[in-house]
Amino acid sequence: MTSLRRSGAIDLKLLGQGQRSWVMAGIMAIMLFLTVLSGALGLGVARSAGGLDRQLAGQLTVQLVEPDAALRDSRAKALVVGIARVPGVARVREADRARLAALLQPWLGDAGLDPDLPMPVLIDVTAAPNAAAAVAAAARRIAPGVRVDSSARWLSPVRGLLATLFWVAIGLVVVIAAATAGVALLVARAGLDTHRDTIDVLHMLGSTDLQVARLLQRRIARDTLLGGAIGTLAALALVALFQTKLALTGSEVLGGATLAPIDWTLLLLLPIGFALLATVATRMTVLRTLGLKL
Amino acid sequence: MGNIVHFENVGLRYGTGPETLSDVSFTLATGGFYFLTGASGAGKTSLLKLLYLAQRPTRGVVRLFGEDAGALPRARLPGFRRRIGVVFQDFRLLPQLSAYDNVALPLRVAGVRESEIEAPVMEMLAWVGLSARVTAKPPTLSGGEQQRIAIARAVIARPEILVADEPTGNVDPEMADRLLHLFEALNRLGTTIVVATHDLHLIRRIPQAHLMRVEKGKLVDPTGLLRHPPGAA
Ligand SMILES: Nc1ncnc2c1ncn2[C@@H]1O[C@H](COP(=O)(O)OP(=O)(O)O)[C@@H](O)[C@H]1O
Ligand SMILES: [Mg+2]
Repeated sequence: MTSLRRSGAIDLKLLGQGQRSWVMAGIMAIMLFLTVLSGALGLGVARSAGGLDRQLAGQLTVQLVEPDAALRDSRAKALVVGIARVPGVARVREADRARLAALLQPWLGDAGLDPDLPMPVLIDVTAAPNAAAAVAAAARRIAPGVRVDSSARWLSPVRGLLATLFWVAIGLVVVIAAATAGVALLVARAGLDTHRDTIDVLHMLGSTDLQVARLLQRRIARDTLLGGAIGTLAALALVALFQTKLALTGSEVLGGATLAPIDWTLLLLLPIGFALLATVATRMTVLRTLGLKL
Repeated sequence: MGNIVHFENVGLRYGTGPETLSDVSFTLATGGFYFLTGASGAGKTSLLKLLYLAQRPTRGVVRLFGEDAGALPRARLPGFRRRIGVVFQDFRLLPQLSAYDNVALPLRVAGVRESEIEAPVMEMLAWVGLSARVTAKPPTLSGGEQQRIAIARAVIARPEILVADEPTGNVDPEMADRLLHLFEALNRLGTTIVVATHDLHLIRRIPQAHLMRVEKGKLVDPTGLLRHPPGAA
C-alpha cells in the first residue's frame, strides 16, 4: 500500500509514461549540447579579450616629431622625466634610435642613418590602465606637438574579431533558447491534446488550470533536465578537450581563453536555466490554451 | 432549508442545432432526493451537465449554491465543482490509474494530505464491495465494477450535491439496491441527490424522493411542484 500513498508518483501516473518523454529529452540533449558549446565559446572569447585589454590598456607610445635635433633631444629627455613622474607609470623608455634607423633602413636606405634626418622620437610607456589619460596630458604639456597612441589600437582588428565572436556566441545561445521555448510550447500543446480526456476529468473533479499546468510542467522539467544534463556533460567534455589543446598552442590570445571556475559554473547552470525556460513556456501555453475554454 | 439549485427558463443548444433543452424551470431544495426520468435522448444527461457545470446554458439562468452559474468566471469553476460529485453515464474513470488512485483523485485535487487519504478511500472501496480490486486498473474491471468505482469517486469528497447519471445501469439488482442505500445514507447526512434513471424499481425504493421528468427537452411539471416545491423557502 505504501506505493499508493506516494503523491509525487500520482502526477507521472496521471499522464502515463509516453514516447514523447524521450523525444523531448533527446531534443533537449541536442539543444544543450549546442548551447553549452556556444556559451563556452562566448565565455572563452570574453576571457581572451579581457586579458588582451588588461595587457594593452597600459601600453602607450609617445611620438615626437621635431626637425631641430637639439630641441628634439632636450624635449625627449624632458618627456621621459616628466612622464615617469605621472602616478601609475611603471616604466618609461625611449626607443633605441639606432635600432629604429636599422628598422627603417630598407625603406630609407643609408639616408636613415644621417643624423640630420628628422627621425621621430618614440617613447614606450607602461602604465596602469587608468593612468593613460594622465600620461597623455603630461606629454602634451611638455611637448604640445606629441602624438600619444595606445598600443591597443594596433590590435584593434584582433579585438574586433573577438568582440564579433562573443556576440555571435551570445546570439546562438539566445536563438537556441528561443527554439527551446518553441519546442516546449509545441510539446505542451501536444500534451494537452494527448491527455485531453484526463484533463477533462480533472477539471470536472475541480482541478484548477494551474494544477493541470503543473502536471505538464513537472513532466517537461524532468525531461528537459534529464536530456539537458546529458547534452551539457557531452559539451563540457568537448570544451575541456579544447581547453587543453588551446593551452598547448602557447599563443597568448588563444591561451587567454582559458575558462575560470566561475565560467564552468555558469555553463553548468545553463541546463537548469533552460529547464526553467521550458517550464515557464509550458505553464504559459497551458494557462493560455485552457483559459480559452468554457 | 434553502434552495441549492434553481433553473429559470433554461435553454441549451449544441452548436447550431435545435434546442436540446427548452424553457426548463425548477428548484431543488437543499438536502432533497430527486429522480430524473425520461426516454433515452430526452435530455437527461444534458440537464445534468448544466447542473454539474460541464455546460453553460445558451439562455436562461442556472443558479447553483445561490450564484448565477452561467456567469461564473473560469477561475471560480473549480471551487464550485469540488462541491459537486458526479457519476458520469460513461464513468470517465482514468484507465491509467488504479481503482485506488481513481477514487483518491478528488481528495488529491482538493489538496488533502496523503496521510489522510488512505483510510477514507479504503472505506469507500469497501462500501462498493471492491476492497479486493484496489490495485486493478479500470480496463481490467467489469462494467459494474467500473460503475461502482465511479460512484465511490463521486462521493469520496462528501459533495454538497451528488449528480448521478444512470448510476445503476450496469449492476445487478442486488448491487443497485446497495448503491441506492449508499445514496440514502449520504442524503441523510445532508447531501442533495439527483439521480437520472429509467429504473422504476429504484424509484419506488425511495418513497420520499421527488420525481422529475423530461420529455423532448422540456420538463414535465403539471402540478408546478418542481417550480415551487412546498418544502423550499
Ligand atoms: N455533445 C452533444 N452534441 C450534440 N448533440 C448532443 C450532445 N449531447 C447530446 N446531444 C443530443 O441531445 C439530445 C439529448 O441527449 P441526452 O441529454 O444525452 O439525452 P438522455 O441523457 O436523456 O438520453 C439527443 O438528441 C442527443 O443527440
Ligand atoms: Mg443520458
